[in-house]
Amino acid sequence: MTSSNRMKWPENADHTAVPYYVFHDQDIYNREQDKIYNGPAWHFVALEAELLKLGSFKSTYIGDTPVVVTRGQDNEIYAWVNRCAHRGAEVCRHRHGVSEDGTFTCVYHQWTYDAKGDLRGVPFQRGLAGKGGYPKDFDKTQHGLRKVKVVSYCGAIFGTFSDATPDIETYMGEDVSLFFKRIMNRPVEVLGTTRQYIKGNWKFYAENSKDPYHASLLHLFHATFGLYRSSQEGATLINNDFHTVLWAKSGNEDEAALEDVRKDKLRTYQEGTYTLNDPSLLAGQQEFEDGISLVILTLFPSLVLQQIQNTLAVRQILPKGKDEFELVWTYFGYTDDSEELRNIRLKQFNLIGPAGLISMEDGESTELCHKAIVSDGDRTNVILMSGSDTQSEGHLVTESAVRGLWKGYRKMMEL
Amino acid sequence: MTQELRNEVEDLLNRYVQCIDDDELESWPEFFTDSCLYRIIPRENEEVGLPAAVMWGDSKGMLVDRVVALRNANVYQVQWYRHIISNPCIRSESDGAISVQSNYAVFKTCNNGESEVYNVGKYVDLIVRDSGVLKFKERSAIFDTHKITTLMVIPI
Repeated sequence: MTSSNRMKWPENADHTAVPYYVFHDQDIYNREQDKIYNGPAWHFVALEAELLKLGSFKSTYIGDTPVVVTRGQDNEIYAWVNRCAHRGAEVCRHRHGVSEDGTFTCVYHQWTYDAKGDLRGVPFQRGLAGKGGYPKDFDKTQHGLRKVKVVSYCGAIFGTFSDATPDIETYMGEDVSLFFKRIMNRPVEVLGTTRQYIKGNWKFYAENSKDPYHASLLHLFHATFGLYRSSQEGATLINNDFHTVLWAKSGNEDEAALEDVRKDKLRTYQEGTYTLNDPSLLAGQQEFEDGISLVILTLFPSLVLQQIQNTLAVRQILPKGKDEFELVWTYFGYTDDSEELRNIRLKQFNLIGPAGLISMEDGESTELCHKAIVSDGDRTNVILMSGSDTQSEGHLVTESAVRGLWKGYRKMMEL
Repeated sequence: MTQELRNEVEDLLNRYVQCIDDDELESWPEFFTDSCLYRIIPRENEEVGLPAAVMWGDSKGMLVDRVVALRNANVYQVQWYRHIISNPCIRSESDGAISVQSNYAVFKTCNNGESEVYNVGKYVDLIVRDSGVLKFKERSAIFDTHKITTLMVIPI
């Protein structure tokens, strides 16, 4: 099949059978940049807690497009494309920092912008000694940086390039916004960032973070040390097709379900085999009244917001071409954390991130899929756990949210 | 510092990386005192005082648990490390505690046979004598290579 035919979903495929070429096709990738990353979607770009001071900034991306998020001297949040309006050079060359005077100057010809992205100064605008200079009708207001529309929601900043993007709560949906507010219920303090670079298409990670089925089967640390199993009480909530919440409660094991796990003789189920030498790793605090110990919230396409025990983090998914993506983990606690709780979080960060005892394998599974399907473009995968619906479900033994991802993806991509 | 003590410090640093590179990880926690601090932390966090690390252990038991998880729970492709370390810079020595800094580079090789520069950084150590043997009271691997490819499972 040629690439041009791939702009139409094949007849043998639907949201339970996704053709593998969507992970490898350059035209598909280009279309994603257009329809998704420049389309009507909210993209996570920063936590407000990363931009505490006036003049502070953070460099990041929306899809392939470099953007800078700033806090202006007026205390408002702004974002703009990190590309000089003059000749296209990168303006801000730092990952993060504070611009004391609130300006950003391109090094190439020193065009200077403010935190809003408006052009404030151009060297030699009137020329030198009567020579050169810009035409008299040169209007600085027409040569600002390309602006990104931003919204701050519960301390998280989202950006969009499209005027058609609905308001953020409508975009999220009811369950997702409820759980978003549950975690982001008060001011947060950033505790650090780690970055994982994965050699696979970004959509494998989008699938992975909406897939509760794999959790107890791939991440054996859960089962080995009794943290979480699919037999625990939990739910899979789906809003607007591709935004999701997976939640689970530890300690509320369904005995009948556990019996089925035993009968399956999974290599993952090693009851009583291993105990932690230092149990303090898992000796956390119950900090939410609902008793929920695991929340994986995804806001398509770029954000995972998570609570795993006492760890809180956002994971930003940044595509780097069709074959690679970067996963940026930003860990946080609350500004009113006790020293004890803060130390629990620091210790439990061992569970998550690039070396996370229960998260590292997601990088591995992504790469396993990516490299195995190169020559299988028109063949499809199988996404049938718990049927073919894309509805919310009151359990975790389902791929309904993965199907929802593909349903929403097709709509947005017009495939 | 006596030459003898310096030799002993260098021997500790060398034996530590040989232990990891030779996949004798069950012995790795023994390089630390019972109460210890082991961290692998990105330079970008360390430099601005943000505490989050990718690996963080404050007891020998936690390091043992890392190895148990790596052997029995975690899923990852076959991989080997090769550490290259610099000569140590002895920062200070007081009350039997030796403060040492050295550079490291870790090459990672997987089944495809390519050796990649996987993680580069510096060790910042606090070394003490414990039952006659030098051990790490604190060891921080502060890494420049903030882009961790795929995952990190083996300690640095």
